[in-house]
Amino acid sequence: MTATPSPAGHRSAGIPEFPMPRAAQCPFDPPPALREKQQEGPLTRVRLWDGSTHWLVTRYAEQRALLADPRVSADITRPGYPSPAASRSNTIGFILMDDPEHARQRRMVTAPFTIKRVEALRPAVQKIVDDLIDELLAGPKPVDLVEAFALPVPSLVICALLGVPYADHAFFQENSKTIINRDATVEQRTAAHGRLSAYLDGLVAEKLARPADDLLSRLAERVGAGELTRLEAARMGVLLLIAGHETTANMIALGTLALLEHPGQLAALRESDDPKLVAGAVEELLRYLHITHSGRRRVATDDIEIAGQVVRAGEGLILANDIGNRDPAAFPDPDRLDIHRDARHHVAFGFGVHQCLGQSLARMELQVVYGTLYRRIPTLRLAAALDDIPFKHDGSVYGVYELPVTW
Amino acid sequence: MNVHLDQDKCVASGQCVMAAPDVFDQRDEDGIAVLLTSAPSTEDAEGVRHAATVCPALAIHLTEATAED
Repeated sequence: MTATPSPAGHRSAGIPEFPMPRAAQCPFDPPPALREKQQEGPLTRVRLWDGSTHWLVTRYAEQRALLADPRVSADITRPGYPSPAASRSNTIGFILMDDPEHARQRRMVTAPFTIKRVEALRPAVQKIVDDLIDELLAGPKPVDLVEAFALPVPSLVICALLGVPYADHAFFQENSKTIINRDATVEQRTAAHGRLSAYLDGLVAEKLARPADDLLSRLAERVGAGELTRLEAARMGVLLLIAGHETTANMIALGTLALLEHPGQLAALRESDDPKLVAGAVEELLRYLHITHSGRRRVATDDIEIAGQVVRAGEGLILANDIGNRDPAAFPDPDRLDIHRDARHHVAFGFGVHQCLGQSLARMELQVVYGTLYRRIPTLRLAAALDDIPFKHDGSVYGVYELPVTW
Repeated sequence: MNVHLDQDKCVASGQCVMAAPDVFDQRDEDGIAVLLTSAPSTEDAEGVRHAATVCPALAIHLTEATAED
């Protein structure tokens, strides 16, 4: 087997292309074609941009089983991996590696994300959120909630945690946007990633000279001890910086839009002062919106029998967790947004050894935001028609580019 | 109920601590889960079962109680 893309020949005729488009009138729902595939069976075939065909896994149980299976690899350099773009080199870091190297590197950055450390940050995050809402209320309206609130909250938090100057936010937000744009060319993405790597490399060098109480300084220590190269440390910094602000920002803006479109749910959330209800709403919105909508990519390293099929060694797997989170076998009435349901077993953060390492931070930030914003601005409403909201159909992470709101 | 935790498998998601804080904790240096008790109280049993369900690394194994437990 070679890594050369095979042309879409007769073998792949009739096999649908992935990713699939959402229905224009249902911006919160996964693509209808994914639902059809889920009803067809747990494992079906799809075709990628390069004509290669892979297994599409659409049901919750099989997704969890495969993502936790040690015979399933996340190594993008392995032949058969369903690559989202022509480049098959791993410039991203440990999320595209297997154990034991993946675990070795991951464990170097998990300390600030323990439940205890994240809870200790809650008052600081509450203050960031309160201050930004004060500014919103004192400023002009309508206002773009993405620019004025959804992006600044997680950017400020991850900058403090990593030790990145927030003053550089325009630079790193712009480059992050290019890296996660599905329509950006490989050249554009590589250039943006190069700029961010160089920037983080400079910061790691500064932390080597003048360590501070932040995660980049801890990584710089590892570089000093010979456990990591400067390049590896810089790439980890890029990964955490992007993952730390883009995903949460999208959950804040898209979550707000979803709640504005479900006024009964929004009222229930706003009128309750039970932190458990807010926490439950966060889990339900993570499940319902599932913003990482480009499928988790893996390749089998051994033959795997699952759901009456055999996935052969070397075959690619695309695990569409967005439709897995709408599997009626795991979530009754799955297309209904219901903040009172128990959604904690969702796979919005993935499953298996690669599950999101920043999940407790994301949860805490969203709990503070959803528990504060709508209470402090109870008359918050859209300042545009839903049809005019620009959705990130072209993003590897889903969300909205802008959210004009008023009150 | 008896709880067994495989720390080599643990990926520090912290979900067991959220589900059953009296049974699980995390190491400060890397977030790897720590078992506070292998014999949780009846009140903690539901949280422990949930922890085992959501653990992304399948690192929590339960042996259900016999009749006299």
